[in-house]
Amino acid sequence: MNSTEAVAHILKRLGNKPAVIATGFICRQAQAAAARPENFYMIGSMGMASSIGLGAALARPKQPVVVVDGDGAVLMNLGHLPMAGSFKPKNFYHIVVDNGRYESTGGQATISKDVKIEMIAKASGYKSAVGVATEAALKSALAKLFKSPGPAMLVVRVKPEKGEAPPRVTDSPEEITRKFSAALRNGK
Amino acid sequence: MKWTSVHQDNAKRFAGALKAHGFDFYTGVPCSLLGALLEHIASDKAMPYYPAVREDAAFGLAAGAYMAGKKPAVLIQNSGLGYSLNVLTSLNLIYKIPVLAVVTWRGHGPDAPEHIVMGASCIKLMEDVGISVAAPDTAADLENALRQGVHVTNIQKKPFALFIKRGIFGQ
Repeated sequence: MNSTEAVAHILKRLGNKPAVIATGFICRQAQAAAARPENFYMIGSMGMASSIGLGAALARPKQPVVVVDGDGAVLMNLGHLPMAGSFKPKNFYHIVVDNGRYESTGGQATISKDVKIEMIAKASGYKSAVGVATEAALKSALAKLFKSPGPAMLVVRVKPEKGEAPPRVTDSPEEITRKFSAALRNGK
Repeated sequence: MKWTSVHQDNAKRFAGALKAHGFDFYTGVPCSLLGALLEHIASDKAMPYYPAVREDAAFGLAAGAYMAGKKPAVLIQNSGLGYSLNVLTSLNLIYKIPVLAVVTWRGHGPDAPEHIVMGASCIKLMEDVGISVAAPDTAADLENALRQGVHVTNIQKKPFALFIKRGIFGQ
């Protein structure tokens, strides 16, 4: 399974749950898979998707909030994991698409092949944290994920995408804020 | 600790003003110059506070809380503005996500060596990237500065930095 396929599976499973999507190709893949108003596409501040999602989850405890992160982004803001583990929002779901690369800057390696991100999450206080590497395992893990209490993590190990990059995010940052805020404020 | 009843009175008044303006989500990384204010917040249920691991993460939490309908304030030391600059410039400013930053001004006047460089530049640094600031001299000027911050965050949907000098909430 490559990252495009994994992101498409994940987006298909989100329903109308608000999701903060990490800077880089993940955002572009998510937009191509399902351009939902509930998607907060990040174009800067790499590493912050998890903290933004956590802030939203804390502010709206009844609204499930999802973060679709990348391995490089998680490693950049690793301090986020103990915050989520310590604040313990039941409605916080953290999916990490791990392709082992900084894809949008040319495919340079991250250090994720040597790091078990789900074990750091577990040690940081996440209620559950699992890793999957096949499409079948991803589908079954996604089916379970939103039925479990958060903070919960799902690491999806994928092969790097070999094809063309999907188009850049089309909405302006201001428009993204407007849509995502409306999705959150009109939600649970 | 190092704060006196004067610091505590200032903290109580300022906390009241923050609540009156609707601030209902607090996060940050402590500084001794915020001592009495942080002590007050810890004892006030109407001021939920989430300890961030680093200042940039505090701005991240605040951004999410804002979009979910809260009115966030971030309480930090100016040393944390360095870590936070990328978030302020490539998240808050371009996505129009406002936040009130209450920032202690270490290095304003004699201070430890690590505070000298940022102390001399922090106001200019904020202004250079387009973030308005206020740096009230006394506790009496705090509420005016806060009103200015509320105006900027509400109307312009931008971050605002309210600098806190030594002696107001701690020594």
